[in-house]
This record gives sequence, structure tokens and C-alpha cells, in this order.
Amino acid sequence: MIRQINRVTAAIIFLLLALIINISYIQVFSAPDLRGQSGNQRVILTEYSHERGSILLGSQSIAESTPTLNALKYLRTYPDESIFAPVTGFYSVLYGATGIEYEANNVLAGNDSRFFVDRLQQLFANREPKGGAVRLTIDPAAQTAAMKALNGRTGAVVAIDPTTGAILALASSPSFDPNLLSSHDAAQIQSNYEELDADPEQPMLNRPLAMTLPPGSTFKLVTAAAALESGLYNATSQLPGPKEINLPGTDVQLGNWNDKSCGADDVITLQQALEISCNTAFAWLGMEIGDTAIGDQAKKFGFESQFEVPMSAAISRFPVDPNQPQTAMSAIGQFDVRASALQMALVAAGIANDGVVMKPYLVSQLLGPDLTVLQNTTPAPFGRAMKSENAKILRDMMVGVVQNGTASKARISGIAVGGKTGTAENVPGDPAHAWFVGFAPAEGTKVAVAVVLQNGGGAAEVSGNALAAPIAAAVMRAALKQ
Amino acid sequence: MSTNLIRYRVSTRRSAELALLIGAWLIGVFAWILVDASTDAASLGGWTSLVSAGVLLLITHGVVRWQAPYADPLLLPCVAALNMLGLAMIHRLDAAAAQRAASNGSPPPTPDVYLQLTWMLVGLIAFIVVLTFVGDHRRLQRLTFTAGLAGIVLLFLPLLPVIGKEVNGAQLWISIFGLTFQPGELAKVALTIFFAGFLVGRRHSLALVHRKIFGIGIPRGKDVGPLFLVWLVALLVLILERDLGTSLLLFGLFTVMLYVATGRRSWVVLGSLLLAVGGAFAYRLFGHVQIRFDVWLRPFDDANGNGYQIVQSLYGLANGGIFGTGWGQGYPQLVPFAKTDFITSALGEELGLMGLIAILLLFAIIVERGARAAVATRDPFGNLFAIGLTTVIGLQTFIVIGGVTRLVPLTGLTTPFLSYGGSSLVANYIIIGILIRISNAARAPEITDAELVLRQNVDTK
Repeated sequence: MIRQINRVTAAIIFLLLALIINISYIQVFSAPDLRGQSGNQRVILTEYSHERGSILLGSQSIAESTPTLNALKYLRTYPDESIFAPVTGFYSVLYGATGIEYEANNVLAGNDSRFFVDRLQQLFANREPKGGAVRLTIDPAAQTAAMKALNGRTGAVVAIDPTTGAILALASSPSFDPNLLSSHDAAQIQSNYEELDADPEQPMLNRPLAMTLPPGSTFKLVTAAAALESGLYNATSQLPGPKEINLPGTDVQLGNWNDKSCGADDVITLQQALEISCNTAFAWLGMEIGDTAIGDQAKKFGFESQFEVPMSAAISRFPVDPNQPQTAMSAIGQFDVRASALQMALVAAGIANDGVVMKPYLVSQLLGPDLTVLQNTTPAPFGRAMKSENAKILRDMMVGVVQNGTASKARISGIAVGGKTGTAENVPGDPAHAWFVGFAPAEGTKVAVAVVLQNGGGAAEVSGNALAAPIAAAVMRAALKQ
Repeated sequence: MSTNLIRYRVSTRRSAELALLIGAWLIGVFAWILVDASTDAASLGGWTSLVSAGVLLLITHGVVRWQAPYADPLLLPCVAALNMLGLAMIHRLDAAAAQRAASNGSPPPTPDVYLQLTWMLVGLIAFIVVLTFVGDHRRLQRLTFTAGLAGIVLLFLPLLPVIGKEVNGAQLWISIFGLTFQPGELAKVALTIFFAGFLVGRRHSLALVHRKIFGIGIPRGKDVGPLFLVWLVALLVLILERDLGTSLLLFGLFTVMLYVATGRRSWVVLGSLLLAVGGAFAYRLFGHVQIRFDVWLRPFDDANGNGYQIVQSLYGLANGGIFGTGWGQGYPQLVPFAKTDFITSALGEELGLMGLIAILLLFAIIVERGARAAVATRDPFGNLFAIGLTTVIGLQTFIVIGGVTRLVPLTGLTTPFLSYGGSSLVANYIIIGILIRISNAARAPEITDAELVLRQNVDTK
């Protein structure tokens, strides 16, 4: 019996060893995979057991964590509801995170490697671990003014400090309240999300970054810049400006928006053509300088580039190898030209900043849990888009557009505002998109802005001046503290 | 004569036992302190619990010193360490329950740890009673058929009306005056006595080959009968009470004891065949067996339904990783039945792989020490009985921990000494009491010290 007892003992010890091997496999090799599974609440619970850092504008917090008595120990709240949603995004138990909540998650959650020393201190002091904070470039006054001026109409506003690239306003309308998705009631979050997701107005779409539309007449700024940079044209260059122009090789007649000739004897200066937004003159100009020159100029302003602010913006496009009629249409921002509001704000900013386009950014500072500054963002140039003197010429032309031309509604009393309107046709039959891009003040510019109302934001009569320019004026006034 | 002289100065190792016992108690105390520091458990009180547990263990040690001075010194400390760890984890899960109640605004639930502590007291009293009144384990052999009958009765008690109680789909409990008890736990002790007593008298006839079927030697029908009888009983338990774990344990136990008694491997082969056949039939016939098996193979296919328990258990283990989250830092309360069947997942989450290996090594030591007593005792009944009891603890540990870690299908049993549950704790303390009694008999010198001195004097002359 003794031999059998020994064998049975060996068998049982073997079974216990099998348990150890199996548990080792689970806890060491399968563990990363198991931790990453979507149904694993522990990951969320761990994340929600620390205080997540705030998203700050100056000292104002636009996203903060407040303690609860639940299993999820902190609740994410957005005190200003929908106003800053295009910037903060949401932070949800069920749907993860978007916006800055997503992009700066490592800092906000306190997982960033820069927090190593803090973590050690917390460990020894037995303090609850806490995430770091993120300070943004957004000017609350400008953002609030933009959201208020958009007033629920479908559209986007971007305001930039041209000298640094700091984004002062990033407005998307209609917006949503991120509090709807950050609660701890899973069923409620799901129904809220599904409702927002099914909304044909797409409130969760980040329009200033994600939506690209034909920029229409605002693109004439790029064409004008290309003409000035070619060295063959200046503000007083004479251009043909007839009532209609035949697009070569077609029977299509391109006309002006008011069906009138642009000037006496069908001739007009570049300056005046921009002021009254003369289509025939710019179409002709486009064909003269060619698609390569315009395309290159567009690229220098940021077209065909991917901007990460840190959220990724959609790439704005200028058509590849257009024929002559397509070039003519592209020169006035039609055909296949597509631009985001961010891109058109960069065009205005580049012109305002003596021809240098700065990289746009939202995060100005990363802060530790105790709000000590870990990192300051240093503004960086994207590149020079035009010569300083040409930028000055174009700037003066844009001031003329507001003072004498089509952008009268962008005026701010006592301040020289430069701008350009656009009314971009889209699919035939659909209402046009209303655009305005501009800056203020003309010298020592503090703010450059782009406004777009998709399909005119629902207005019966679409015009960039009537619809978009007043929004831009409101945002610029707020940014200039006027 | 001279062989006896080799054991001339037998060390009792009782002081080692005491030191280890204090160590085991301190493991529990430190665990308790860490739980209190990282949760709100301190508000539940509990220092009196720790002190009373310590006093209980000290008294038990005193009784061992008095009643079984030559007993194995490792068994009691290992068991105490497991019991203390189990108490700490139950205390920790009480804290989680209290926290949850507070966040829901409901009144705080009664902590389970006090009831478990009471059962520890009952278990240790049972241990002391066994040690004191079963002076010689061979006396239990006389109770062979009484124990067999008692085992069967205990096993089927939960099926009786009025006292029988169904919990979570299994009819394993009886409820008397509001106290619930799982008689199956005691049945396994009674049935081990029966198996050992029954087999020890028949082992020679069982070893005889009567005829061969498929190359497997089969003894006479009247000798094979008991095997099929037990197989049938195990199957009945499975069918009527839906208790997969106990039937698996009883079947495995009987197969092992047959093998040890007869020394014939054909019994193991036959047992495995019957297990396979029984398993296949159960899979076909019973929905709950089929679910358990399917969940074992593909738990993530139904992660929020039938697979929920095992998936949550795996998530807990993964969260623990190698070193664990630390006491009170994990989320063991997310695993259903964390205090009972799934206490291994809870410990694995907070103590990590290192903690679980330590726990499994404690079980391995208990098994090895039990086997050592089985080998060293001088009577066949004692050999068989001791290895039977050791197998019960080892096999039960394997079935339940293997189940919650998805090594084998989940069948549902308590983890010896760790899990919340009085019946299991009392039954396992009785088992350890008997093993200590047997080990004492095995290690005790056959002659007294006085005789030794006398003989030594004779030798030196």
C-alpha cells in the first residue's frame, strides 16, 4: 500500500502544480489581454478611482472631477455644458474619450511618465493618486461669443492668435453637453449617446476641424497671394472683369454674383476685384498664373497638410492637375477645393502675421497634480506663406474689403478689420455655404478668424456678409475685449 | 531492538508548531491591518476577532501538546494560516459590501466574518473533540458500516422536505432553526471511514482477477458491487442535488482508495472510464452540466450570461498580475461568490501570483504531511484512512481552484479553510484532527522513555 500511497501523493502534488502553472499563465501571459478586454470593468474602476486632472482656461476649469460615493469614485463634470464640448470632447464610462480628454489622457489620468516622482511621493505620503491638469489656449470670452453667435445654426468658428498659432476659439454648432455622456448611469449614457449619434445635425461632429467645404470666394485670398508672390501683379494691376467669362473649351459662361460687369470697360484692379469679389477677374487671374502656382500657394498656407492641435484636423485639398475651366473655378474656391474652418483661419492668420503661418495648437501648458508647470508649449512656425511686403499689400486689400466692399458687417468701430466673405455653391439646388475669414486689428493683429455656416445655417438668402461676417465681428470683439 | 534505539531521543517538535502557529496568526493580523488601512473596514471593528482567533489557536495547540505530543508539527500551522487568510479576505469583502451599501443608501449588511469566526470556533472545538475522544484511530474501523449509512443519510438530507434548502440552483443545504449547514461536507468524512473500513478487509479479494474484459482484470461481482454502488450514489447526488463538485470528489476519492487498497491500476482505468461515461451522460441529459462544460470551453462567448462568473474571475486574476494589487486595492467584490467558491480569485487579485503560489504550497504541505502520516502509521486501516482524508483535501482544492481558474469545468465546492462557510470549515478541521491523531500514532515511539533509559544502561554495560 505504501507504494500506492506515494503515487497518489505524487499525483495530487502534480495536480496542485498544474494549478500553479495554469494560474501563472493567466496572471502573467494572458493578463495584458484580459485587462484590455472591453467588458473588463476593473480598468474603468481603476481609472475612476483617482481624481482626474482638470482642463483649464487660465484658472477657470471647463472639465473637472468631483468625488462621489459610488464605486466609480469621481464624476467628470463640464460646468459650461455645451460651450467647450468641441474642445474638451467627452469622457465616458461606455464610450471612452474624445477631444482633449482623449488626447491628453495620460496627463489627466496621471499615467504620464513625467509624474513618476509625484507618484512616489503619493505612495510614501499615502495620498490618493491624482492626475495632472491641462491648460488650454482657448479664450473663454471668444469661445462663448462664437457659440452664442452661431446660436445653434450648423457651422463652425475658429479664432487664432496669428503671432503664435494659439487657438482662441474652436466652436462647433450645434454642440452637445458632455455631461450627458460622463454620468455613471450606463443606461442613461447609452440612450443619450444613441440619441446624439442618430441626430441628423451631428452634434458630436467637431466641425471646425473635421468638416471640409468649398471655401468659395474666401479662397480668392489664396489666388491673390499667389498673384502677388508671382511678382507680376500688385494691388493696382488691371484685370479683365466682364459680366461673364467663357470657360475655355466649354460653352459654360461663368458670371458674377450680381450678374453685372465688375468695372467700367470691363476692367478692374486687383484691389477692387477683391473688394467686390469679382468672379470673372479671379477666374481669369487663376488661369493666367496657373493651377501649380495656386496649388503651391495653398500648400504654403497649410492645404494638403495634417494639423494636430492635438486633435487631428481633416486635410484641406486643392485639386490635382485641373484643366483650364477647373482651374478657373478652383481660383474662386469652387470645383474640388475643400477647406476646413481651421485652414481658412490659418490663411487669414498667415496674411496677418506678415506671411508666416504658425502651427495651430490648443494646449498651452501641462501641469502636475499640484498645478506646477511641467511643460510650456513653444509656438512654432509652420512656414512662410508669402513675403512680408506682399502680406502687407494683401492685408490692406482685406481692410478695403471690410471698409468699402462686401464685408461691411465685419466692421468694429475704432478698429481696422480686414476680411473676405465667401458664398460657396455646393451641390446645385442646395443652399450655399456662407464664409467669412478675417483679422483684427490690421496692424499688430491679435486675432484671425474663420467662420462658416454650412448651407447658410438654414437661412433663406445666403450671403457671407449677412450671415458669417457678424459672427466674426462678435468673436473678434470678444477676443479684443471690446 | 537496535532499530528502536535509533529513535531514542524523539523530538516532539511542539515548540516549532507553536512558533509556526504564531507566524500563521501574524500573517492574518498583518493582512487585517492592511485591509483596514486601505478600506473603511476599520469601522467594522474586528480586533477582538483577531485576538479571539489567536486565543483559539493557542488553546488548540495546548490540546495537541497534551493529547498528541508526537503529532506532525506542520499540519496545524498550515491550516491556521489558510484559515487566517480566509478570514482576512472575508473581512475585506465585508468592507466592500459595506461601502456598496453606503453608496446605495441602504443599511449596512451584517459582516460575514463574525459568523465565519464562530464557525472557526466550532471547527476547532470539533478538532479538539476528535483529538481527545478518538484516542486511537483504529477504533473508527469498528464504525465502518455506521459511518457508511451516516454518510449516505447526510448526503441525502438536503432532499428532505422542510429542512432541505435550495441555494443557487443546487439542493445542498439543510436549514434548522435558521442555521444552514451543508451535510455533504460531513458526509465525505463519514464515507472515507466507510471506504477505508470496507476496503481494508476486502483488499485481497478485490485484487484477484476474476475475468478479463477488454484486457482489464475484473474481480468477482460481489467485490465490484461497492464500486458501482458508490458510482450510483455519486450520480444520484449529481442528479438530485445538482451538486457536480461533491459527486466528482466522492467518485475520485473512492477510485483512489480502491487503487491504494488493491494496488491494481485497472481500478484507476475503470474509474476513469466510468467518469467519462457518467460525464458524457450527464452532458447529454442535464442542461446545467452542459452549460458548465460549454462555459469552460468558451467563457467569453457568453461573458455577461453563463460565463459571467468565470470571466469575472479571470479578470480579477489578470488585474492581480504577479504581485497583486495589495489588500483592499483590487475589486474582488466584482466576482460573484467571492467569499465562497471564488475566494481564490479574490486572493489572486489582491495577493497576485505570488500569493496564490504561497497558498497552493500550503495545501501541498498539508497533502505531503497527510501522506507522510498515511505512510508512517503501522496499520492498514490507518494507511488507507489517512490517504483517503488527504485525498479529500487535495482533490477538493484541485476541483474548486481548477474550476475558478478554468483549468477544469467549474463544479462548485468550497476551498478548504479559505472559503466562507461553516460546514466546510468544521468538516475540514475534523479531517485535520484525525490526521494529527494518526500522525501522532505514527511518530510516537513504541517504547517509553523509561524503557529507553533502561535499555541504554544495559547496552553500555
